[in-house]
Amino acid sequence: MHAESLTLLWPFLIFVTMLFIIGIYCMLATYNLIRALIGIEILIKGVTILLIVVGYITNNVALTQALVITLIVIEAVVVAVAVGVVLGIHTHKNSLDIRNIRNLKG
Amino acid sequence: MQLNIFIMIVLVIASIWTVMTRSLLRAGIGLALVSVILAIVMFRLNSPLAAVFELSVCAGLISVLFVSVISLTQPYSQQEIADRMKSMFTRFKYLPIIVVIVGLVMFFMKFRPDLTLPVPQAEGDVRNILWNFRQIDLIGQVIILLCGVFAVVVLFKEIRKNAR
Repeated sequence: MHAESLTLLWPFLIFVTMLFIIGIYCMLATYNLIRALIGIEILIKGVTILLIVVGYITNNVALTQALVITLIVIEAVVVAVAVGVVLGIHTHKNSLDIRNIRNLKG
Repeated sequence: MQLNIFIMIVLVIASIWTVMTRSLLRAGIGLALVSVILAIVMFRLNSPLAAVFELSVCAGLISVLFVSVISLTQPYSQQEIADRMKSMFTRFKYLPIIVVIVGLVMFFMKFRPDLTLPVPQAEGDVRNILWNFRQIDLIGQVIILLCGVFAVVVLFKEIRKNAR
């Protein structure tokens, strides 16, 4: 990547880094499964912004749009399956606290 | 470009609010808000098709899924929720400080941001690229959708069986 492109990308990179920190902090600090899912969602939003901005700067908007559409489909499927898993855990344990689902931990 | 930066600041603030808000329902709605702001950024960065997908799938479908799962799983009374949220707030109180510090450090690093984006040139049509050059992606999407449907069917069937 050229230095000029990196200079253009830099302001967006700051915000993408902030979104990554928010998502990772949310996943690490919470004990609730739904909040962990929200953290994953925010991480995916950061990736989406990064793809769109890189496509805009390098004039490959069509290609990055195709990739983002694929990413959105995968995101929706991941959330649907995760919601099913969360509901299953809630049915078995009557709780969404991740400290209550450590049965497999060695 | 300054407007883009302003929208990105709003996006980060909305994300922090989503993560730190006490009610799970508000967190789900905040996630939809983040998706809407992200769709605005996409529209401004010349990606309308991806923005429409983001708006309809992420701000619509995923928010409905979140609100449904939150309303289906409310095992605590309001007092218990309030007690738990107090401890959660103490865990999350460092998040805005860390985010602001990292943002300032990156802002004052050696790269001087250029606030003028290039004018987009004519590029290939997204439909052409998606259908003619990224066919493997489409096959992957179909496979993932089928896997997701099967997974959801199996999971919900098990829940129903246990409910009996």
